[in-house]
Amino acid sequence: MESLIIDGTTKTPDVNFNSEKGVLEIKGRSIPENSIEFYKPLVDWLEEYAQSPLSKTEVNVHLEYFNTSSSKCILDVFKKLEAIHKNKYDVQINWYYEEDDEDMLEAGEDYESIIRVPFKMIEIVD
Amino acid sequence: MSFNINEYYTDISKGDILLAYKGSITSALINEVLEAVEGKLEEENEEGKIRKKLYNVLVESLQNLYHHIEETHDGIDEDLDPKFGILVIEKDGSGDYKVTTGNFVVATKTKFLKEKIDKINSLSKDELKDMYKFILNHQKISAKGGGGLGLVDIARKTGKKMVYNFYPYNDKYVFFNLQIQV
Repeated sequence: MESLIIDGTTKTPDVNFNSEKGVLEIKGRSIPENSIEFYKPLVDWLEEYAQSPLSKTEVNVHLEYFNTSSSKCILDVFKKLEAIHKNKYDVQINWYYEEDDEDMLEAGEDYESIIRVPFKMIEIVD
Repeated sequence: MSFNINEYYTDISKGDILLAYKGSITSALINEVLEAVEGKLEEENEEGKIRKKLYNVLVESLQNLYHHIEETHDGIDEDLDPKFGILVIEKDGSGDYKVTTGNFVVATKTKFLKEKIDKINSLSKDELKDMYKFILNHQKISAKGGGGLGLVDIARKTGKKMVYNFYPYNDKYVFFNLQIQV
């Protein structure tokens, strides 16, 4: 299947879901008014990817800001990953947060407590 | 008439103002406000942590307005822009920021809003976290695009109680004023 690449804007993140490497990245700001519209292609892509995933899928989430409307869509993305993991494939979510950004760390921990996929919290130090 | 928009706006824009706006709350306006505030905070060398909190609070409060503001203002005398709202960001004496939003709401929604804010204000940090996670995991995004999480998120990030007022306007509308300290 083809990789999914979406360039970021001031309100939406860069997306790079690489189907050959099994590396999925979301990076930047996610604060659109209509987050469902933005995230639908990501969720659809994952649904297809889940049919025949690589043995290992690595997910890098590196968000500077996200709004509460994105937070539900991000959960939907993670639920797709949870389904892949449940089928005995290796899935790892790396949650990046900037140094001292406790709110972003806490947001990652919220997801970690809801989604049954191994999370790694990674602090980015300047 | 007991409530006057212009007097109200003048009154809340008196302090050390970072930004004051009244008019249509559109997607483009939200971009402009965020960009302007980001620029100003950078200029003033504001601490990264505060910058992020203020930015988050602005996104949530502006998008709350954007999603919930009444499209038209039937029965309101003033010559107002469609999707009319007010936003004022002020720096108070102790260096904290105060974000004030104002918009007309249908009077019948007053009770719902009051109860929601009172409930959020009564919760501890851990209780807010639980409430946030519950809504995140159990409620669908509404047709308007809001997730019902905005105010909970604001309370979690600021750790402060929100202050509100409902000014009677006419039979149909009240003017809803919300103050958030960051």
